[in-house]
Amino acid sequence: MTYQRPNFRHPEAPVNTLGFTRRDYEGSISTLCAGCGHDSISAAIIEACFGLPVAPHRIAKLSGIGCSSKTPAYFLGRSHGFNSVHGRMPSVATGANLANQDLVYIGVSGDGDSASIGFGQFAHVVRRNLNMTYIVENNGCYGLTKGQDSATADRGSKSKKGSANPYEAIDLASVALQLGATFVARSFSGDREQLVPLIKAALSHSGFAFLDVMSPCVTFNNHEGSTKSYIHVRDHLDAAPVDFVPVRDEIRASYAEGMTTEVRMHDGSVVRLHKDSGQVYNIEDRQAALRAIAEHDEAGRTLTGLLYIDRDAPDLHKVLGTSRRPLNSLKEKDLCPGSKVLDSINAGLR
Amino acid sequence: MKPTDIGNAEYFHKVVDCQYACPAHTPVPEYIRMISAERYTDAYMVNWESNVFPGILGRTCDRPCEPACRRGRVEDAPVAICRLKRAAADNKGSLEGLMPKIPRRKNGKNIALVGAGPASLTVARDLMPLGYKIDIYDDQGKGGGMMRSQIPVFRLPPAVLDEEVGYILDMGVTTHFNTRVESLRSVLADDYDAVFVGTGAPRGSDLDIPGRQEAAARIHVGIDWLSSVAFEHVESIGKRVIVLGGGNTAMDCCRTARRLGGEDVKVIVRSEFSKMKASPWEKEDAMAEGIPILNNHVPRAFLHENGKLTGMSFDLVEVRYDDTGRRSLVPTGEAVEFPCDAVLIAIGQENAFPWIERDVGVEFGKWSVPVVDPRTYQSTNPKVFFGGDAALGPKNIITAVAHGHQAAISIDLFCRGQNLHDRPGPGVTLISQKMGMHEWSYDNGVSDDYRFKVPHADPALTLKNRKLEVELGFDTRTALAEAQRCLNCDVQTVFTAATCIECDACVDICPVDCINFTPDAEESVLRSSLRAPATNHEQDLYVSGPLIQTARVMVKDENVCLHCGLCAERCPTGAWDMQKFLYNVTKAGQACAPSKR
Repeated sequence: MTYQRPNFRHPEAPVNTLGFTRRDYEGSISTLCAGCGHDSISAAIIEACFGLPVAPHRIAKLSGIGCSSKTPAYFLGRSHGFNSVHGRMPSVATGANLANQDLVYIGVSGDGDSASIGFGQFAHVVRRNLNMTYIVENNGCYGLTKGQDSATADRGSKSKKGSANPYEAIDLASVALQLGATFVARSFSGDREQLVPLIKAALSHSGFAFLDVMSPCVTFNNHEGSTKSYIHVRDHLDAAPVDFVPVRDEIRASYAEGMTTEVRMHDGSVVRLHKDSGQVYNIEDRQAALRAIAEHDEAGRTLTGLLYIDRDAPDLHKVLGTSRRPLNSLKEKDLCPGSKVLDSINAGLR
Repeated sequence: MKPTDIGNAEYFHKVVDCQYACPAHTPVPEYIRMISAERYTDAYMVNWESNVFPGILGRTCDRPCEPACRRGRVEDAPVAICRLKRAAADNKGSLEGLMPKIPRRKNGKNIALVGAGPASLTVARDLMPLGYKIDIYDDQGKGGGMMRSQIPVFRLPPAVLDEEVGYILDMGVTTHFNTRVESLRSVLADDYDAVFVGTGAPRGSDLDIPGRQEAAARIHVGIDWLSSVAFEHVESIGKRVIVLGGGNTAMDCCRTARRLGGEDVKVIVRSEFSKMKASPWEKEDAMAEGIPILNNHVPRAFLHENGKLTGMSFDLVEVRYDDTGRRSLVPTGEAVEFPCDAVLIAIGQENAFPWIERDVGVEFGKWSVPVVDPRTYQSTNPKVFFGGDAALGPKNIITAVAHGHQAAISIDLFCRGQNLHDRPGPGVTLISQKMGMHEWSYDNGVSDDYRFKVPHADPALTLKNRKLEVELGFDTRTALAEAQRCLNCDVQTVFTAATCIECDACVDICPVDCINFTPDAEESVLRSSLRAPATNHEQDLYVSGPLIQTARVMVKDENVCLHCGLCAERCPTGAWDMQKFLYNVTKAGQACAPSKR
């Protein structure tokens, strides 16, 4: 087995506007099963961070436990990282984010990590609107422990041994919408065309950006009867194409009038949605988004794309009125402003 | 775009850049892997089968393989293929029992080879094991042709030459050395079934400018002078020497002159430095011996006093290119003179056939060059074949060997009364290298080392002794490290569309971004829309048919593929596999029935 990628790269490999090549965003070689959807998502994260671009040292990646949560070792090898306890990534991300809001936070979790052991943590990080990108690599099973059904496995979906799952599935995108998430998207690891712009948009969103990414488990959940196999997902996908136009690029491509919706992000970048394939409701309408997900679900289809966005909700820092500067940059003088300030505070309380 | 037909052996052959570029198509990565495994004798035999003179070529080859080497596009410098060949020759063990068996009972056909250079010797090597009786004629006292008379001994020690010429002559070739063939008619009259002409390009071009006649005593034609040195008719030259010409013969002349007493030796060339015909490494070696190369000097006259050469004068020129890219040398009006005691003219050579009567059925074309079929090497007299420099003009040893192999096939077909154009196809195998889940039977790691330099002997010694070999060759440790630089381009990435589930794992892992899954399009569109644009049009795109799940196609740009096998390692369904492609040019007599491939 090869443990190290060769060091040579394409001699004409592109360089982004910050002067980095894709290689600067790579991690070590993956030890996941060959063909794992998670590796595709890692590659999409690399592509999004390279293309946006974000400097590697300005990113912090956080994860819990599971196949999905191993992946931060395989991308952004020059970024900050924290591999936390099972299901507890949201707490650690909250702490890190409150201490330093200058970094870009990417949380990587799985369906077990977020929909079972960490379900409570997940709920609270959503409702607090923490400024981060939260990616669930959703394969409907516990791949690390030989493929038991997870909480997102569809009812009736067959395990590798042939038994059908008797329980109702948790749809994390719907849950996130109900809990007040301000950016909700769903995608498929095998649809790079859609996934990369979605990650870019999520990174540009100010607030909690949730991405539920179907990511087939090639070893334990890629068989006939599974609803999370490559072929089943591809056959039942209603994918709404998404373009992401970064701040610096002018919009060149032209589309037929009325066929696209443009969503301008706070940083000036633009997310462009195409109406011709499924994106027929107003994506700033939470109820419409929930309805659309349910309607597709009832028809046995899976809707992917940017499902909902609320650009104006204040993130946790704004809600709490925290210091704009990272805590590690606050000196004694900032933290202990002296007795005059104390006196004025005391006077205000009298 | 049309899906790639990997059933056509030429597709993967072209991916093995070095082998494809080699006129004899030596399976280079195959023998380099053997060197890595310290199987020097096997590595030598792979070479010997293909290029006949591994020890000689490992020192003197023009190395068309090296500029083609993929490593040169990925990194900085190509693998030192030529010097690894020498390492195989230097370290080989006994060849006993490995050489072909020569049948006692002959097949009744007699072949005459005129000239005992690399082309003729190759014909002998290929035909002797088939039972032919062979007579070889040469005016020198030993076999080897120009390899003996023109390549200086400090580049090619006679022992190496004798050994490899010996392997062929010892097969039972009847030698007629010190015998100059003066008439093709008389050879044909000797009842040979076929005659092969491998007489090289023995006539050095002269330079007819003022003073040439008057100062003739100290002006020599390069190749004649080199052979006089080789046969020890000449042992010294003046202190100040001018060598005219920019090819490898000029480099051999100047370096030899340095060893025969030349202290101030200059190479003076009409063209620019970059346009000189000499191989870059030969120019480097000459300059390293303190020999300056002066470019853009057009010879005007030999200067002389009282019939004695005193120097030369030159017109300085400037190189200009017109709109069509045509080059012209425009005089600047300036002239220079250099004093000298001797001049060596090495400005080209040509083949010459004063001994071939113009009425024996061998037709001559422009510039008195024989009309030769470039595939069969047959002349207009069906019994007479040409090869090497004699056939299509001066090239190099490895080209002569390639001609020899093809001429031997033709002669064999001719003697068996078969169609010369119905030639046997190559012998090809394609075998998976998979040994386990993630294990390959080849070393797929990619070395980061830069090209290793071949050590040279101390110039203080080599410049004093003409017979001391300059290059010392790689020691086994360095050879091992250099061998590891080879990317194993013959281990092919073979794609099976039917088993691909489009998980993109190969796209993600490929270190050089050569794999893509994309909607089908015309080649020009595909080339510009890949992850890394495919700008090298000499390298093919490997394109699959439509894939099952999305009807996209797989497109792989072969240009900088490292053949590291990671795509196949990360493929869950074995749609990618690493398969060793071995391509052997079929030799005379190997195929009973010509293949139709």
